[in-house]
Amino acid sequence: MDPTPIWLTLKLAAITTALLLVIGLPVAWWLSRGRSFFKIVLEAMITMPLVLPPSVLGFYLLLAFSPQHGIGLWLQQTFDIQFVFSFKGLVLASVIYSAPFMIGPIKSALQQLPVSLSQASHSLGKSRWQTFIKILLPNIRPSLLSAIVLTFAHTLGEFGVVLMIGGNIPGVTRVASIAVYDAVEQMDYHSANLYSLVLFAITFVLVIAVFVFNKYQLKSPLE
Amino acid sequence: MISIDIEKRLRAYKGEHLLQVKKEFAAGSITKIYGASGAGKTTLLKIIAGFIQPENGSIMVNGVTWFNAANKIGLQPQQRLCGFVFQDYALFPNMTVLEHLQYATTDAAWIDRLLKLGKLEPFVSHKPVYLSGGQQQRLAILRALAIKPKLLLMDEPFSALDPETKTELINALKLIIAELKTTVLVVTHNPQEVAELATEEFKIA
Repeated sequence: MDPTPIWLTLKLAAITTALLLVIGLPVAWWLSRGRSFFKIVLEAMITMPLVLPPSVLGFYLLLAFSPQHGIGLWLQQTFDIQFVFSFKGLVLASVIYSAPFMIGPIKSALQQLPVSLSQASHSLGKSRWQTFIKILLPNIRPSLLSAIVLTFAHTLGEFGVVLMIGGNIPGVTRVASIAVYDAVEQMDYHSANLYSLVLFAITFVLVIAVFVFNKYQLKSPLE
Repeated sequence: MISIDIEKRLRAYKGEHLLQVKKEFAAGSITKIYGASGAGKTTLLKIIAGFIQPENGSIMVNGVTWFNAANKIGLQPQQRLCGFVFQDYALFPNMTVLEHLQYATTDAAWIDRLLKLGKLEPFVSHKPVYLSGGQQQRLAILRALAIKPKLLLMDEPFSALDPETKTELINALKLIIAELKTTVLVVTHNPQEVAELATEEFKIA
């Protein structure tokens, strides 16, 4: 079994999770504060990958970032960046596809914190940033961990969207889920089984770890 | 001197009602604020602290405009720096008793004095979940005092205390309030509860 697809998958999941953590925290915080029509529309767009077939998302990303026209052509000409059939494209697609798994749980957890916690911190002269880092974030730790693990685990299992935008280039875009499909296509059930087993084991260990960590909070990682 | 002249629409089960307050509180006074449930007692405190914006009016504190709807002035809660004791205590679940006070101030001697005042010295390393209701309430009061506020707003601050602890705490509070020259507004549903502390009273209709 060639281990490259496994390493590529882990690399993709780690980068996607790190990027989504940086992007998702402020977005979730902003979404958790009040309601407006714009926020509802944005939240709906973030949630779309949960219900949309991955191939549909992948198809539109392929169109949008194709170097022949539109944004893809502009990125290619201006910054010499090509997202289609590259690892960068996989990262972009994964960030969009896994966004609801990071943003959703964090937003819900922030909304469930009593507003008086922030008010108490503000009354002590603390800024919104200090309040977020010292009060809000530590008190949503179980949900934050769940969001990180779910995002990581979900990225491990991506198939349709990464196949559409990344194709199946060995060492570049051929992640484990595509390697499983490829092996089955070639009737190589042994390799398919090994890739599947590794993916299953990693995901299972991650989910168990979250259940153990959250045991005392009596929270399911799916909450 | 605190001069308040505000209007705020409050949503109630049956429609809306208008909270109208026009009142001056002398500097250094201790005023109990009472009134029927839903009259807007807590809302008034939150308006003064800057957590809620009124629709109309103005708030002046010691000659400084904290809020003026006509001139679009509205200081942030961080600029107003009112000590605030919340009805639900609003303690930080991730922090110990000591960390609550250290979050508010870096003055170690002042923290020691507050801990002694609230009789919380044996519990410095306890998080709120391991404190009794009375201990949590005392911590909420100490945290509000930690910033040495010029204006202290307390929402039902003694409801979870036994009579003996309440009397001891009130006596200690009186000394500190006088020392800091703090103006105090105490919301209560039971005016008798703060009779030992308050020197003035104000009823919200």
